[in-house]
Amino acid sequence: MNLTLYVWRQPGPAAAGKLERYEARDISPDMSFLEMLDVVNEGLVESGQVPIAFDHDCREGICGSCGMMINGVAHGPMKGTATCQLHMRSFTDGATIHIEPWRARAFPVIKDLVVNRSALDRIIAAGGFITAPTGSAQDANNIPVPKQAADDAMDAAACIGCGACVAACPNGSASLFTAAKISHLGLLPQGQPERYRRAARMVAQMDAEGFGHCTLFGECQEACPKEISIDTIARMNRDYVVASLTAREEKVLGGVG
Amino acid sequence: MELRSRIPSGPLERKWEKHRFEMKLVNPANKRKYTVIVVGSGLAGASAAASMSELGYNVKCFCFQDSPRRAHSIAAQGGINAAKNYQNDGDSVYRLFYDTIKGGDFRSREANVHRLAEISVNIIDQCVAQGVPFAREYGGLLANRSFGGAQVSRTFYARGQTGQQLLLGAYQALEKEVSRGGVTMFPRTEMLDLVVVNGRARGIVTRNMVTGAIETHLADAVVLGTGGYANVFFLSTNAKGSNVTAIWRAHKRGAAFANPCFTQIHPTCIPVAGEHQSKLTLMSESLRNDGRVWVPKRREDCDKRPREIPEQDRDYYLERKYPSFGNLSPRDIASRAAKEVCDEGRGVGPGGRGVYLDFSDAIKRLGVERIAERYGNLFEMYQRITDENPYEVPMRIYPAAHYTMGGLWVDYNLMSTIPGLHVIGEANFSDHGANRLGASALMQGLADGYFVVPLTIGDYFGSNKLEAVSADDPAVRQTEQEVRARTERLLAVNGERTVSSIHRELGKIMWEYCGMARDESGLKQALELIPKLRDEFWHDVRIPGTGEELNQSLEHAGRVADFLELSELMCIDALHREESSGGHFRVEHQTPDGEALRHDDRYAYVAAWEYGGDGEPPVLHKEPLVFENVALSQRSYK
Repeated sequence: MNLTLYVWRQPGPAAAGKLERYEARDISPDMSFLEMLDVVNEGLVESGQVPIAFDHDCREGICGSCGMMINGVAHGPMKGTATCQLHMRSFTDGATIHIEPWRARAFPVIKDLVVNRSALDRIIAAGGFITAPTGSAQDANNIPVPKQAADDAMDAAACIGCGACVAACPNGSASLFTAAKISHLGLLPQGQPERYRRAARMVAQMDAEGFGHCTLFGECQEACPKEISIDTIARMNRDYVVASLTAREEKVLGGVG
Repeated sequence: MELRSRIPSGPLERKWEKHRFEMKLVNPANKRKYTVIVVGSGLAGASAAASMSELGYNVKCFCFQDSPRRAHSIAAQGGINAAKNYQNDGDSVYRLFYDTIKGGDFRSREANVHRLAEISVNIIDQCVAQGVPFAREYGGLLANRSFGGAQVSRTFYARGQTGQQLLLGAYQALEKEVSRGGVTMFPRTEMLDLVVVNGRARGIVTRNMVTGAIETHLADAVVLGTGGYANVFFLSTNAKGSNVTAIWRAHKRGAAFANPCFTQIHPTCIPVAGEHQSKLTLMSESLRNDGRVWVPKRREDCDKRPREIPEQDRDYYLERKYPSFGNLSPRDIASRAAKEVCDEGRGVGPGGRGVYLDFSDAIKRLGVERIAERYGNLFEMYQRITDENPYEVPMRIYPAAHYTMGGLWVDYNLMSTIPGLHVIGEANFSDHGANRLGASALMQGLADGYFVVPLTIGDYFGSNKLEAVSADDPAVRQTEQEVRARTERLLAVNGERTVSSIHRELGKIMWEYCGMARDESGLKQALELIPKLRDEFWHDVRIPGTGEELNQSLEHAGRVADFLELSELMCIDALHREESSGGHFRVEHQTPDGEALRHDDRYAYVAAWEYGGDGEPPVLHKEPLVFENVALSQRSYK
């Protein structure tokens, strides 16, 4: 296959970027999208140019490193598929492909297709965990978890944190990402003690990072490589409302020792 | 160099308990005076960083990915072993210990492996408490599956994404500590050297991968959880970024490298499709619970469609050769068996390097839905890559480099030969001997990180008086200077060849001569080729761009430069070990029916190599392996 690419090139965070045209020649339909970019990059290096920077690591669709807008669609045309698992057989010979980085206020571009997604880590740090210090756990089978709850929690926990939901959202909202974690932990009995505190804090952090609000476009679940449902957002909203209505100031009291 | 394993005395099952009592403690108020550097944020690194921070230490955690959640542990699919005996099938701590020792072909330490088996049960408890959504039965209790090398069901799993869920548990604990202020996280930061002052590990030199800034971070101890080195083969199941740099630089600063030739070739990976291939994708070993491995009996049937080959013309070779373990034979054995049938010309698919993994019997027995529930995501992944539907046609699989049992030598406290440098997870050599059993890597990474190193590091602090180290110390400055000089040297070569092309060439040499089967002449050949390629790299590599920006070619070049040195040590180790054990198969040493033949009288030791200096041969030190509890036997899975 031969393809024409228009790729976003931006030398650094403060530099101006623009789309550059490249020809990708002799591409096999069995190549992954990233292998196609590898071929283009090898050619660029051989001809003395700077290769296209893009994040990638596992190339199995699980680490969440890779992600780019392919013809305006996050992770490209194949549903439920991260960029690294997209293969060139999804394109036709002679096609023109536009490749751009995730675009969102909370994801500043570092270089070319590489963006800074550390805001997502800060949302998790705000409350996306169950406090269970090492060593304090009881026997695992002391907490029966209904199979349905475990399965639903697993569906939400499958999130790979790639940021496609943010890039696909017209508002640049991280609601699907945040809701997936709130749902995963909130569905499990172990997650109940911190359930509402978690929802309140994670949502507040999401706002503080400059992500937009959710107006239920639903673009996020279409783009999600793990097909996480926006039902999780309903769950988040419910927990957030309960948290807002029942919130009391957290008291810090001394012990009696 | 002296190898002191510090294995506690006393009966096997009491060693860890006794050791925990004998270790020095650090008073809670004093813990905050210590700073620990953790490099790597996978299962081992993240769990260690979170747990040490919970204890009160100041932790600085580094990873090269943009987020600690992306470490390669995330890609582990099948499961994690634990001796819970929830299935009432006769499992016990001792059985897990024995299976692991035997699976490792009697080349690991009894005491370490027993501790691992003891801790395995605590790991499951810990992970469930964190909210890891393990598979459950309808009654709400935990489900188990079987894995290779075991005849009990002791593997806990979260669909085909167990590594992901365990890592997210550890990552969330880590982020909890970040928000509490106990851990400072340094993403997109790569360790390029170890700072050793007065013989102790006191810090690291890093490169900020966004700005290119070279910086020194000082601490009271350093913990490396930087994973394995299977990417020396270029094509492996590892993530593209996985590399040997952190442990290799530590090795050059004085840490012994143990059993570098013990590498694991995983039997069930998607075969190579063409020259463009950038990595290989694993299909979880758990598939062998329900899939049957076969090739045609006759060569001339290889090009036929698999469904056109009748039952009597198929060779279910694992079931035939190993009737009691069958398709669940250990990885080294299953891989070699696949190579053998392909060498006989009975392989299937492009180039004849593939065997079938067939689910049709299981689908008949259990129905499509049950199979989809168990393996749905793996089947989808397979279909995405190959464009073939495994519900209808058998998968084609072939072995690929997957895991490295070798790594930095550590004592019972997981401390290397450099005082203060601890090594955890795949980066050390400690628990898997010459072959790792499936679902044991996750167990070891989390055992080391949650339950071992947070305690043993206290013993190190409690037993040693550490002097303050200043950033102006000549040893610190010199290390930083050497890192800068090396980066400049890489950029200055300005030759013709791309980094990837050299890495690919190195991978071919290693796969050919130091892969699934090794022999003296091949290894000697590799030892001629590698220095030549290394020389070519330093004279002809081309790295575009500068050092003061995000430069992925420069990052890759630094890692390949280290692989070009490590590969030589692997071949030297493989050449010296004149026996076959586990993943190390020397063709000269096999039983009449083609199984690995160990020589316990000569090689029942850990080969710990000391760096000999630039251009000098490495120096071999031997730690004898003493077996007080198990009898060494020829492994049999028949």
